[in-house]
Order: sequence, then structure tokens, then C-alpha cells
Amino acid sequence: MNNMKLMQGNEACAAGAIAAGVRFFGGYPITPSTEIAETMAKVLPSVDGCFVQMEDEIGGMGVVLGASLAGKKVLTATSGPGFSLKQELIGYAACAEIPVVIVNVQRVGPSTGQPTSPAQGDVMQARWGTHGDHPMIALSPWTVRETFDATVMAVNYAERFRTPVILLMDEIVGHLRENIELPKSDELNIYPRRRPSKTRAQGYEPYAPEKDLVPNPADFGTGYHIHVTGLVHDYTGFPSGSPAVTEEFIDRLHKKIAIAQDEITHYDEFFMDDAEYAVLSYGGVARTAYEAVRQAREKGIKVGMIRLMTIWPFADKVIRRNAEKLKGILVPELNYGQLKYEVERAAAGKCPVKLLAKYNTEIFTPSEILKAIENLEGGRIL
Amino acid sequence: MKQLRLSGSGGQGVITAAIIFAEAAMSEGRQVVQSQSYGPEARGGASKAEVIIDDKPIYHPKIIKPDIVLSLTQKAADKYYKDLDEKTGLLVVDEDLVPDIPDFPNVIKVPVTRIASEQVGKMLFTNIVALGVLVKLSKLISFASAEASVKKRVPPHTIEQNIKALKLGYDAV
Repeated sequence: MNNMKLMQGNEACAAGAIAAGVRFFGGYPITPSTEIAETMAKVLPSVDGCFVQMEDEIGGMGVVLGASLAGKKVLTATSGPGFSLKQELIGYAACAEIPVVIVNVQRVGPSTGQPTSPAQGDVMQARWGTHGDHPMIALSPWTVRETFDATVMAVNYAERFRTPVILLMDEIVGHLRENIELPKSDELNIYPRRRPSKTRAQGYEPYAPEKDLVPNPADFGTGYHIHVTGLVHDYTGFPSGSPAVTEEFIDRLHKKIAIAQDEITHYDEFFMDDAEYAVLSYGGVARTAYEAVRQAREKGIKVGMIRLMTIWPFADKVIRRNAEKLKGILVPELNYGQLKYEVERAAAGKCPVKLLAKYNTEIFTPSEILKAIENLEGGRIL
Repeated sequence: MKQLRLSGSGGQGVITAAIIFAEAAMSEGRQVVQSQSYGPEARGGASKAEVIIDDKPIYHPKIIKPDIVLSLTQKAADKYYKDLDEKTGLLVVDEDLVPDIPDFPNVIKVPVTRIASEQVGKMLFTNIVALGVLVKLSKLISFASAEASVKKRVPPHTIEQNIKALKLGYDAV
């Protein structure tokens, strides 16, 4: 009880970042993510960390990449318009394999849109916002406490896979306050910064992959040679025009995440044992979906719920396994329809998938989702 | 489950008051969620804060049917009283800022802004006077919990005036 705190989702994100070892924040404040920057600015100096407010979101992204290469665990936070600006450098981080966490507290877009209102319109941008072939990890928390956990996880995955990780929050959870108890630091698993496994004499090559297909390039200033580029490069880190090097490189970027996909796919299943229908939900919307499913169960409807925390890579296996025994899946989203099409692809025709879309700045009410569930059962799914 | 909605315009402090209320309820061992909605303006524009209190986990984060609505502007009163239950709901309005009382059976008028400016010394304390009113009327949290929560959340040099505001609000109804 004594450790119980009333905390906002954005504050929990900052707390999780600090707990995970983030000691550098660069960015440009934007609603509804501002409290993350505010909290980091307050806390970082007291833990020997550094906070920099840059001239814009592009500068904010550049400075965290530099700090990461210099050995700090880093995080930046933004919302839609800033997320768009950061995309080029997110691609750079994917190519140069620089650990970084980008928080996007989603609001209504496109453009400036509705700055203070919730949406889930950046699901596809999180996956495909930067150009080229690259994998992406994106996590979407549904409670304040899980925002803490997901941030720790995001930092760990960024370090472990040396890749950009998106914490895909939304205004609902970002601005929500709940009573939560945070874990003690000895209860957390923290992935340390990877270090070169060979000395220069032993043949250190910065971009030579280890067994898990992730390289261990040295941090700047640690006595090793390091060359960083957004051009396709070989194990030395210098550009290569070779088709063979390019193919191996693109392959490895994908496979380093793909071989760990089951391990990084986090989700919940509620009331699924005897379910004939399911609601698939994520982020703040899942809170309303849970309430609707609970009410539907009280009415005797055999409906369950799948709640995805890992949005990318997409939980194909979870969906396919469930689709085989279901009569239909409902996907409520605060957008015009984005993750629904991924669910449909993964369900591969085994059961119909129906979208419940909302995009008017308001969140769903439980009764709206309940009504859609009742329509599923009435056989009007298509 | 109990649901409180505090409404007004940006700058009146309804969000801060809601946070303090939620924190006090938490200190008494309750489950709470607190949310808000406001426009892009720094000041002015509609502002709304909500508190849900329960003994079990709260999933849907917004109020479906409020038990109490506090309105510090005419616009907020006109908009939100309609969500209240005619029999059990309670509308609390600022006596001076809401001159046209909505046609609703259970309305309590309190001059919260006037109490803040004349008796505490600054209009700035309106939200804490209103908080005192809500503590008394809602019977959901003790005065002592509210007092402790106020002390924790307001700037140290304003504690004395804020506690005075809380008491004046509590005694005004």
C-alpha cells in the first residue's frame, strides 16, 4: 500500500525508461507526449543523465542516435507530426543498427489533426513509416502499469537486437492516471549494452554478427575502430556495393528479429476457452473492449478477447490458432481500419474479421462494442 | 463504482482538483482512474476531468453515468447535467458563473469562485474550494485524506492558503 502511486501513463513511461537504464533523452515536446519529456528533464540530471530539448523532432532523433553510439541507452518521445519527422532517422537506426526507443503517443491525424484527442492511426506508420526493407518492433500498452513494463521491454529489445523499437502509446493511456505499484529494481531484467566479443588483435569486426545474428559494434571512444553509415555495409562497417553483401545484410536485419518472434510476442487471452467469437484489441481501446466482452458474457454470449501488446512483428500464429476455432473476430480501432487487415491476413480465411472503426476524437463506449459483438453473434458479421 | 465529473474552462484547475480527489481515494485503499479532456488552447476552451472510484479493477477509463457533476461555467453545466440520473444524480454549480440553473431536480449552488477570491484571497484557489465542496457532498473520502493529498500536490508555499480553501469549501455546504 505504501508503494502505491497515482501515476499517469506518460510518467510511467519515463519511470520505466529510467529503470531500464536510459540516461539520455533528446526530443521536442508535443501533446499528448509532453509529460514524458517533462519527467525526463526533471529526473535525468539526478541520475547522472542528460536531457536535451532540440530545435525540432528531427534534431531530437539525431541527437539520441549520436548519444546511443556514444554508449548511452536513449529514448525520445513524440506524437504524430513528430513521428513523421523522425522517420528518416528511424531508418538510419535500422540500417546502422543503433539501439533507440521512439515513443509515439498517438493523437488524431493526419497533420496537426486533433492534438489533444486519442487515436490509433499510426499503426501502419510504426511498421512502414521509414522506407526500405526492415523489421520493426512496436509495443502498445493498455494500462499505466503496463506502460512502465513495456518501456523497460522496449529499451531491452532495442539493446538486445540493436534496432529501433517503437512504443506505440495512445492519448488514452498516456494521459490516464491509475493507482499502481512499481516493481523494485531487483525485480527487473535489464539487458546491458552489448560489447565487442573480440579485441582488435583477435580480429574485431564491428558489424560481424554474433550467434543471435546481432553485431556488437563498439561504442564511440572505447578504443575500437567504428565507422557508421546508412549505406549498406559489410562487417567492417564500410559501404559495400556487393549484391551478396546486400542480400546477406537485409536477410540478417529481418532474421535477427524473426528468430526471436515468439519470445517478443506479448498478448493476453481472456474468456477464450469456450469462445465462439473474439474481440481483438490493443492499447487504450482494449480497456473498453474488455468491459464490453465482460458484459457480453453476462448476457451468455460466448465471446472472448485477444489483447495484443506486441503489435509488430504481428502475432500471426496467435491469430491463426484462434481463427481456426472461431466463428468471427471483431477488431475495434480508433482509426479508419489498420490492424484489422493484418488480422484478416493472419486469419487466412479461417473465420471472418469485422472492423469497428471510430475516428471522431471520442473513445468507444462499452455499449458500442457490445452492440457490435451482438451483431457478430446474430450472424451478420459480413 | 462512483463517478465524478469536474467541468469548466481551461485554467480553472478542474484537472488538478480531480487528481487530488483521486489521490485521496487511492490513499484510502480504493481503485481509481482519473482522466481528462481539453482543447488545444493553453487557457480557455472547455476542460473536463473525471474520477472513477471502485473496489475492483477499472477497465473502461471514462465515465458512463456520473454520480456528481461539478460545473464552473454555464456552458459546462448546460452540456453535462443531462448525463446525470434524475433521481440520484447531483449537479453542483458555481453560483456566480452559472446564472441559468439547468432544469434539474438536484442542484446545489455554491459561490466557489467568490469564496476563493474574497475569503482565501485569490481566484486561483477556486478549484480547491470546489474540491472541499465535493469532499463533503460525495462522502467518498475523508476530509483528512483530502487535506493530506492537497499538501502533497500543491506548491509548498501555498499549502496554508490551499488548506484554508479546502476547509471553506467543505464548510460551505
